[in-house]
Amino acid sequence: MATKSVFNEMRLSFLIGTSGFRRIFYQVLVSVCFFVFCFWVWGNVVDNFHRSNLVSGFSFLDGRAGFDINQSLIPYDVDSTYRRALLVGFLNTLLVAVCGILLSSFIGLFIGIGRLSHNWLIRSFSTLYIEIFRNIPPLLVIFFWYLGVLAILPLPRNSLSFFDILFLNNRGFFLPKPIWEGGFSYVFTAFVIGLFFSVFVWRWITGYHLKTGKELPRFLISIALIASFVFFGRLFGGEAVVFEYPLIGTFNLKGGLIVSPEFLSLTFALSFYTAAFIAEIVRGGILGMGHGQLEAALSIGLSRFHVLRFVIMPQALRLIIPPLTSQYLNIAKNSSLAIAIGYPDLVSVGGTIFNQSGQILEIVFIWMLAYLSISLITSVFMNWFNTRMKLIDS
Amino acid sequence: MRVRFITSIFGVLFCFLVFSFSAYAQGTLDKIRKNGALRCGVNTGLAGFSAPNDKGELVGFDIDYCKAIAAAVFGDSRKVTYKPISGKQRFSALQSGELDVLVRNTTWTISRDTKGMNFRAINYYDGQGFMIRASLKLSSVMDLDGASICLQAGTTSELNLSDYFRMMGMNHTSVVLEQVEEVNAAYDSGRCDAYSGDLSAMYSARLVLSDPDAHVILPEIISKEPLGPVVREGDDQWFDIVSWVHYVLLESEELGITQANVNQMKGTKNVRIRRLLGLEKRGMIGTDLGLDNDWVINIVSAVGNYSEIFERNLGQGSRLGIARGQNALWSDGGLQYPIPIR
Repeated sequence: MATKSVFNEMRLSFLIGTSGFRRIFYQVLVSVCFFVFCFWVWGNVVDNFHRSNLVSGFSFLDGRAGFDINQSLIPYDVDSTYRRALLVGFLNTLLVAVCGILLSSFIGLFIGIGRLSHNWLIRSFSTLYIEIFRNIPPLLVIFFWYLGVLAILPLPRNSLSFFDILFLNNRGFFLPKPIWEGGFSYVFTAFVIGLFFSVFVWRWITGYHLKTGKELPRFLISIALIASFVFFGRLFGGEAVVFEYPLIGTFNLKGGLIVSPEFLSLTFALSFYTAAFIAEIVRGGILGMGHGQLEAALSIGLSRFHVLRFVIMPQALRLIIPPLTSQYLNIAKNSSLAIAIGYPDLVSVGGTIFNQSGQILEIVFIWMLAYLSISLITSVFMNWFNTRMKLIDS
Repeated sequence: MRVRFITSIFGVLFCFLVFSFSAYAQGTLDKIRKNGALRCGVNTGLAGFSAPNDKGELVGFDIDYCKAIAAAVFGDSRKVTYKPISGKQRFSALQSGELDVLVRNTTWTISRDTKGMNFRAINYYDGQGFMIRASLKLSSVMDLDGASICLQAGTTSELNLSDYFRMMGMNHTSVVLEQVEEVNAAYDSGRCDAYSGDLSAMYSARLVLSDPDAHVILPEIISKEPLGPVVREGDDQWFDIVSWVHYVLLESEELGITQANVNQMKGTKNVRIRRLLGLEKRGMIGTDLGLDNDWVINIVSAVGNYSEIFERNLGQGSRLGIARGQNALWSDGGLQYPIPIR
């Protein structure tokens, strides 16, 4: 009897206490709150658009941009559409992200290995580098490069020149611009064939090495193979490429290929900043391996370079890749700091467009979509790479 | 699972964005009174218009307009919260309700007027000009073919420049930065051959360069830039108040009412002055706007008339030394024309 009355009193709390009921109840509660919230937000959006006299939608993208962009990978002028301008900005963002990822990986790898070096100078330098760049906000590093390093370069008239081919001044870095000539298609075809053969030869040499244990200089052989194919292509096809050299004009150097100081400072700043984190990841990956691996590799008589190349790094990469992915994503996202120095990336160009057209919500949507896709693609690629490294190891 | 997670993150971000957009139902005037201060969007640093003085207080032509509006609303010109804002962010800040009024040397154009904002009073007639290094020894904009030109993002200057150079068949490289300070620094460091913007802004920017005397301003003007205070669309009462603050400043100049003599003017028999100062029997000019009848007295005692504001911040009494020119009263051959107070 006593147990039954207790059961009656406890019925409700018992129900709530049931794990099955609880699970469903909270999920329904959260979903309802979420939908109410979304509905309220949507109401606000519609209301605000109505109040500001704005028409929502993406038709404004076909309007004339009317502003200049000083760096563009695709043809663009003031008469181009907003859509084109956004694409130019997106490509500029990608360019910085790709260059930044390559450069930072390179620096990070060396600094990370350097931190474990037996040489006092290299070790101390690496530590100093990491401690400085890791503890400074990336925006300051960008300003340091833009206003501190590149702005004190000479004016165009007193450009630093390397054999009158490369020029460096405060307007940027000037390179000869390649102009493709008639023979280009021959040379290009020859190059592709050479590449194909070198892959073939590379594989054969690897097989030979595994069978006999003898080393052949496969890198040199491949390069020589490609070079000879290109040479014959040039012989048959004629002139493939001529270079347009920068010349001194009224205000600035004319012609040639210009790498703007904005691009240089942004890429350097992001690479130097992120390299500090990558270096620590690399060090962590190497130290995360059993000491026995190193001793075993050394005891069978491998050189220090071969130990690093064939024993340490392939195993360390498993530990390095996952955290490395987040650093790569950071580079892509931090590139939006470009606005501070006037590099025309996606955020900078998009900002100009929403200022002119008033379509802020659409632009923010495009921004989010663009960064999301860059990040997702990077993640997918790195995950693929990670899985591949794992398989080889097992 | 990953996809669902990302979608929800997306949703949350979207909501945050929209939060900052959220609407205000009541009138702007009531809201300002309730807040106890006017939120005035101003330039981040443009000497003569809006820049800190040596005591760290913001001073300038635009700042005095914020003060005048606060004096009209509260009878106290100190009740202003200044919101320094970049050229690019200004319109979204105004539209989202973060600002009550934008007094940030903003050009009136049809596309801005029809996109949720209202312009009427023009407190400064300006035009786009160029500043270059004196050592270049150039005399005209036509000599700037191939030059690098520094500009501020989100301004009409950016568009005018593209159109102008295209029309003249000339090339240029534009270097566009977001904050005024960044544009100044880039030009000063030699990144650009020329600096372009509103002429008044060129005079102002020259003052903060490391060697002001090494730079000259070209005589040509390539555009019309009517500058004035901006409000959000949809509140006619507030729009009227902001516009009429400018017109009473002009009317005060025309009638010779100054900060020094406004109190003595209360004894005058001149009907125009009595009507302006709200001294007429059953005068409704202030109350019709939703203000007190002595609002003009409050404005003029706080900041003076238009001429006093101009001379103190931009004219001969200031470091900029800009002549009244087009900004003189219509009776002196300028374009400033007070609308009848009646």
